[in-house]
Amino acid sequence: MIPAAFDYVRASSAEEAINLIGQHGDEAKFLAGGHSLVPLMKLRLAQPSVLIDIGRVSDLSYIKDAGDHITIGALTRHRDVETSSIVNEHVPLLAHATSHVGDPQVRRRGTIGGSLAHADPASDLPATTLALGATYVAQGPNGSREIPASAFYSGYLTSVLAADEMLTEIRVPKMNGAGWSFQKFNRRAQDWAIVGVAAWRNGNEASVALVNMASVPVLATSVGAAIASGASIEDAAAQAAAEADPQADLNASVEYRQHLARVLTRRALEAASA
Amino acid sequence: MTMTHETTGVLGTRMLRKEDPALLTGEARFTADLAIPGALHLAVIRSPYARARIVSVDTSAARAHAGVRAAYSGADLADLWAGPMPCAWPVTADMKNPAHLPLAVSQANYVGDGVACVIAETAEAARDAAELVDVVYEPLEAVIDLEDAVSDRVVIHDEIGTNKSYTWDLKVEEQEGDVDAAFAAATYTVKERYIQQRLIPAAMEPRAIVAVPQPFGGDMTLYSATQIPHILKVMVALTLGIPEHQMRVIAPSVGGGFGSKLNVYAEELLCVALARKHNLPVRWTETRSEGCQATIHGRGQIQDIELAADANGRLTAVRVRLIGDMGAYLQLVTPGVPLLGAFLYAGVYELPKAYDFSCTSVFTNMTPTDAYRGAGRPEATYAIERAMDSLAATIGIDPLELRRRNFIPTDKYPYEAFTGLVYDSGNHDGAATLAAELVGYDAIRAQQKTQNVDGAKRRLGIGVSTYFEMCGLAPSRVLASLNYGAGGWEAATVRVLPTNKIQVVTGASPHGQGHETAWSMIVADKLGVAPEDVDVLHSDTAISPLGLDTYGSRSLAVGGVAIAMACDKVIDKAREIAAHQLEANPDDLEFAGGAFTVAGSPDRSMPLAAIAFEAFTAHNLPDGLEPNLEAHTTYDPPNFSWPFGTHMCVVEVDVETGEIEVLKYVAVDDCGNQVNPLIVDGQVHGGIIQGLAQALFEEAVFDSDGNLRTSTLADYLVPAASDVPSIVTGHTVTPSPTNQLGVKGVGEAGTIASTPAVINAVVDALSGLGVRNMPMPASPNTVWSVINAAQGGSQ
Ligand SMILES: Cc1cc2nc3c(=O)[nH]c(=O)nc-3n(C[C@H](O)[C@H](O)[C@H](O)COP(=O)(O)OP(=O)(O)OC[C@H]3O[C@@H](n4cnc5c(N)ncnc54)[C@H](O)[C@@H]3O)c2cc1C
Repeated sequence: MIPAAFDYVRASSAEEAINLIGQHGDEAKFLAGGHSLVPLMKLRLAQPSVLIDIGRVSDLSYIKDAGDHITIGALTRHRDVETSSIVNEHVPLLAHATSHVGDPQVRRRGTIGGSLAHADPASDLPATTLALGATYVAQGPNGSREIPASAFYSGYLTSVLAADEMLTEIRVPKMNGAGWSFQKFNRRAQDWAIVGVAAWRNGNEASVALVNMASVPVLATSVGAAIASGASIEDAAAQAAAEADPQADLNASVEYRQHLARVLTRRALEAASA
Repeated sequence: MTMTHETTGVLGTRMLRKEDPALLTGEARFTADLAIPGALHLAVIRSPYARARIVSVDTSAARAHAGVRAAYSGADLADLWAGPMPCAWPVTADMKNPAHLPLAVSQANYVGDGVACVIAETAEAARDAAELVDVVYEPLEAVIDLEDAVSDRVVIHDEIGTNKSYTWDLKVEEQEGDVDAAFAAATYTVKERYIQQRLIPAAMEPRAIVAVPQPFGGDMTLYSATQIPHILKVMVALTLGIPEHQMRVIAPSVGGGFGSKLNVYAEELLCVALARKHNLPVRWTETRSEGCQATIHGRGQIQDIELAADANGRLTAVRVRLIGDMGAYLQLVTPGVPLLGAFLYAGVYELPKAYDFSCTSVFTNMTPTDAYRGAGRPEATYAIERAMDSLAATIGIDPLELRRRNFIPTDKYPYEAFTGLVYDSGNHDGAATLAAELVGYDAIRAQQKTQNVDGAKRRLGIGVSTYFEMCGLAPSRVLASLNYGAGGWEAATVRVLPTNKIQVVTGASPHGQGHETAWSMIVADKLGVAPEDVDVLHSDTAISPLGLDTYGSRSLAVGGVAIAMACDKVIDKAREIAAHQLEANPDDLEFAGGAFTVAGSPDRSMPLAAIAFEAFTAHNLPDGLEPNLEAHTTYDPPNFSWPFGTHMCVVEVDVETGEIEVLKYVAVDDCGNQVNPLIVDGQVHGGIIQGLAQALFEEAVFDSDGNLRTSTLADYLVPAASDVPSIVTGHTVTPSPTNQLGVKGVGEAGTIASTPAVINAVVDALSGLGVRNMPMPASPNTVWSVINAAQGGSQ
C-alpha cells in the first residue's frame, strides 16, 4: 500500500494553511487527522501532489460554550468531542454520535472538521450536525463565511467549500433538554453505518437526519413535519425515506435501506420521546 | 485426565506459551522485517479482467523509470520455468490441469492473475513503475457461475476443451442398487441444496518473500511466510530446475495461514527465478488487496444432499452431489479439497453401506481455491448437520433427539465406518449431553414457547452441530489410495546437549499454533526436565531437513507423537549408559523424574544430566555405543485421528431488521488427551470465530464480470472481537488408542462445527415464520429477505 509521491508542508495557523493552498493550487489538499484522506491515497484513489498538514494548528482545537450554542474548532479530535462535558451537557446527541465513529484509534486521530469536509454521506457527523441545525464556519483568502449544514453538502464527497477554503469552526445550537437518539445499524461494530438515524424531539418539534441514505446526508423533513402536525410516531416514521435516494451496495439493497430507515427512525423517535 | 506418562506434571497444564513474549512485544521477526541489503523489490502487474487475451505488453516506460532494474512480461520469462505451477494432488488419472505459469503468457484467467512484473531498487519505485507497464488486453467472456461452468457454454481453457477438471465418485453399497432401494423404502427423505460461499483466508500477516542467492555456486535461500517450508523446497526445486540440495527454505515467524500459506505461489517462484537471473536478492510483500485477489480462496461448492431415514429417523442412505469451484487454475492441493469431505457426509452417525457421493469440479474465472481451515470437512459437516435439522423438522422431532438416535454408540469403538475407515474412539452422547447441560438446552426450548409467539419481534433459536474432524492426514498408504502427492509421516530429533539442555528438531512448521510450547511440554514430561530447558527448532530446511509441515490438524497427532517417540529412544540409550555406570542390569533401572534408579535401591541412581555429560565426553561408555545422546524418528501413524464434539449456539433474531445476536455459544470438543488446555481453548476459540464468520459475515463477492468486490477489509467483513460472542468451552476426554500420547488434532474443529451450529440456530429461531433454509452469510439484509419470502412477500 504505497501512495503516489507527494510533498508535505506543515502549517502552524489557518492563515498560513490558506496561503499555502493558494500557492499550490488544485493539486494540494489539507491533511487533518488523515483518517479519510490517507486510506484513499494508499489505494491511489487520491493522488494529491502536496499535503498541507493542519493537524497541529492547535488554536483550532477547542470546545466553548457560547450562550445559545456551542462552538467547536475544526481541528478538534473526535475523542475530545466525545468526552467533552460541554458537549455532553448541551448537545448530548453529538457526543453520543461521535462515540460511534470508528474505533478508539480513529477517534484519537480524526477531526470533526475533517469528517464534515470529507462530506461522506456514510459518516456519522454530517447527518448528526444536520439534524442539530449546525452552522459551519469556513475561512478563505478573503475572510470567513458561515454555511448552514443544510446548504453545505452538494454531492458524494463534495461540498460547497472552495479549494482554498478551510473549515475552522462548527457552531451547534444547544438542545435545551430535547429527547434524542442515535441509531447506527452496521454489521461490525467499527464499520460505517449501513443506515444511521440522528434524531431529537422537543414536544411537537422534531428533527431527523439520515446517514448513508443518498449521495449526501439527508434531512428527513417529512418526518419533522408529520410530528409537528401531530402524527403518531409510527405514521411519522413511515415517511422516513421520503427525501432519501439510497444506493444498493454489498450490505443492503435499496428496498432494505428504505425499510431500515423507517424502522430506525421509529425506534429513534420512540427513544427521543421517552 | 489420564496421561500415559506423568512424571513432571507439566502435561495437561495451562502453561503460558513460550512464543508469546516475542510476538506481543513486536520483537518477533516476520519475513518482511528481515533487513536484506541490496534486495530488489518485485511488483506484479495483474490482470484487471477475469478473462482476457493478452495482446501485447510494453514494458519500456517502466524500464525507463528511475530505480528500475528490469521489467518483464510473461512471455519474457517463459523460458525460466522448468515446469508449470505445481499441483500435487491429481485426484483422478484423467484430471484436467490447464497450463499455469507464474506469469500468464497469452491469456489471463482471473482478476489478479499476474501478467508482468517489475524489479526495482525500492518498493516505491517498483510500485510506480508497475503503473507504467502498458498491457493491451482483449477481454473475453468470463465464467463465474458454477452451473454455467459445468455446461461448458464458454470454455475457459481452450487447450483442455472443457471446464470440468474431474469427476470423483465414492459409492459404497453392500449390493448394487442399495442406495436407490433405501431411498425407495425410506419413511422419510430430505433433499437440500447448500451453497458454500467463497471465503478469503485473511491471515493477519500478508504473504512475504525474500529470495537470497548465496555466494558462488548457485545455492539459494528462500525466506517465505509459508506453512510448508519443506514441501516448498521440493516444489521450487522441481519447478525451477534447481538441484534440491542447493535450495534452502526458511519460514521465519509466520502470522497465521489457515491453509492460505499451504501453497506454492507465483511470487515465490518469481522471486527465486529473478534472484537467480540477476544474482541479487529479490523480495516481495503482498498488499492486503493482493491478498484478497491473488492468494487462494477457500470453500466454493454447491452441495446437493439427500438423506433417507426409517420410521425411527435412523439414517438408511445418503446421496451427495457436489460441484466444486476450482477457480482459474489448480493450485497445490486444490482438487483434493472436496475429497477430504467425501468421507464425512454421514457425520458421527451410523450409516449402513448405502452411500453415493459424486463431485464434479470446474474451472471458473475467479481466484484459485484451495485448502482453507478445515478443507472439505467444514463443507461436509455443514451439509449433514443442516440436513439433519431438516430431517428433524420433516419428522417433527427435536434435532438433538434425532442426532442421539443416530450416534455411533460408544461401545462400538473402534468403529469401522461404511467407507472402510476406522474411527479410533468416540463418545458422542457424552459430548452432546455435556453441551446440552452447559447451554441449558431444555430451558431454552421452554423459553422459545413463550417468546416465539405470533408477532414476536425478537425470536429465539438454538442450533446444534456434532462433528468428526478426520485429521492428521495419514497413514501414507491411505493417502496413496487418494493419489495425494506426499506421505503423512513426520520427523523428529531429540538431542540432549552436554549441559542437559534439550534441543528438539521438528518437521512441523508452526505459524501461530504454539508447537514450541507443546513440544517442550512433551519433552519435559518424558525426560523429566523443565520446559524452559527445551528449545524447539523448526521451519528451516537446513536445520530440520525432513518434514511435512503444518496443516490439516496434523502437528500434534503426528509430529508431537514423533517427539515423544524420539524421547523414548533417547531414554533407551541413556538407560544403557546408566546401566554401565551403575553396574546394573538395564532392565532393573527405572526412569522417573529425570533420573535412572536401580529398582529397590534408591541410593543407586544417576540423573540424565550426568548421563548426558558421559555421552558427550565418551570417556566411559559401554562397548560399541556411539557417543552423544540424541535420537531421530520418523513416525507414520497407523490411522487418522478422529476428534469429535458437539457445539450449540443460541441466537436471537430481530425480525424487523434481520439482525442476529448470538446470545450464547457452547463448544464441547474431545481431542483426546490435552497437552495444554490453554492452547486447545485458543484453537477452539479462533476456529469457532472463523466458522461463525462464514455463517454471518464473510463472503468473497464477484460481480458477473468476475471483479472481486470485496478486495479490502472494509468490504470483506472479518469480524473483530467486538462482533463475536463469548464462548463457553467444555471437554470430554476420550484418548486416541492409536498413539502413545492419546492425542487427536484440534486446529480445525472449531471451524468445522460452528458454521452449521450458527445457521441451525438462525433457522430454528425463524422456523415459526416458515423459514427452512438460510443462505450464507446470513447478513441482516439476507435474513430480512428470507423472512419476507417465507411470509409471501408481506410483512
Ligand atoms: C478504520 C476507520 C473507521 C472509520 N469509521 C468511521 C465511522 O464509523 N463513522 C464516521 O463517521 N467516520 C469514520 N471514519 C472516518 C473518520 O471519522 C475520519 O477521521 C474523518 O472522516 C476524517 O477526519 P480527518 O481529520 O481524519 O480528515 P482527513 O482524512 O485528514 O481529511 C479528510 C478530507 O477533508 C479535508 N479536510 C480536512 N480538514 C479540513 C478542514 N479543516 N477544512 C477543509 N478541508 C479539510 C482533507 O483535505 C480531506 O480531503 C473511519 C476512519 C477509519 C480509518
